[in-house]
Amino acid sequence: MLSVEAGSVSLDRNLVWSGFKQLLPISLFVIVFAVAFGLAAAQTGLDATSTLLMSTLVFAGAAQFAVLDLWGPHVPVLPLVVTVFAINARHLLMGATLYPWLRELPRARRYGVMLVVSDANWAMSMQAFSNRKPGLGLLFGGGLALWSAWALGSWLGLKFGSVIQDPVSLGLDMVMGCFLLAMVLGGQKNLRMLIIWSVAAGASLLAYRYLPENAHVVTGALAGGVLGAVWTEKKHEH
Amino acid sequence: MSIETSGYGTFLIILIMAVVTLATRWGGVFVMSFVPINYRVQQFINAMSGSVLVAVLAPLAVTGDNGARLALLTTAVMMLTLRKPLPAIAAGILMAALSRQF
Repeated sequence: MLSVEAGSVSLDRNLVWSGFKQLLPISLFVIVFAVAFGLAAAQTGLDATSTLLMSTLVFAGAAQFAVLDLWGPHVPVLPLVVTVFAINARHLLMGATLYPWLRELPRARRYGVMLVVSDANWAMSMQAFSNRKPGLGLLFGGGLALWSAWALGSWLGLKFGSVIQDPVSLGLDMVMGCFLLAMVLGGQKNLRMLIIWSVAAGASLLAYRYLPENAHVVTGALAGGVLGAVWTEKKHEH
Repeated sequence: MSIETSGYGTFLIILIMAVVTLATRWGGVFVMSFVPINYRVQQFINAMSGSVLVAVLAPLAVTGDNGARLALLTTAVMMLTLRKPLPAIAAGILMAALSRQF
């Protein structure tokens, strides 16, 4: 269990600004992903306001892409809620791992900082903490950079989207698929995970064939999750 | 129960997404202030992270055209070799586009 250094939980304007600057390079990549989302949203039929609102209020790329998959004249609520929750559940673990440092902050700041937590700024702040350096500026300032990039890129994607006539021939319908696959393969990779993914894929396909529409995401997610809980990795004692 | 994507419906959908996502951002910190999240729950969430994305992708791969499958295969290979998402995704899209030209 990492101990909490007094200096590492400071959070002031300078640290926030420093964090913001440090996440700018990654923010450039985020802009590109966001452009892809804006494009995909436009092609799905979302209007500009909705797309921008979604990116600004939700700030969760994979979930936003997956919801586009659900889009139509009607959107079923239960699959919507479960899908968004399942895809974003890893935020729960991010919050839990940051807790030793976050609890040193007053409650308002603690939850305020968590508004903009995402994979990149979480990873960088955890790295700083493990080196006994301040990480909250990275978390909050960096988070603001990522959030701004996401909103800006979504807006840019909307602009391009109205210009492109035939997205399928340009392969643009595969933006979501390739993005999600890249995220899967960016995570932990070992035989156990491969088996878990295979079970999830199998469950998803069975559900897709035999269960009502959009049950496949929940089914696959639960199948994989339960297998992971039942067949745990060997614990590493610190 | 469904929500129509006309008028306020879309706004409601976005609001629901935002609330659920906020719950995940705040939930971990909140729970930890009462009880540590136990190991099995962590394992469940970690396994579910990849599984949910795989669950979205699997039907895409099966019902998609060859361009779709080629795109996914290309992205997979590039991610496993290069480990950089942006080129991997770009290459996948490019392959889909190329295969559909012929």
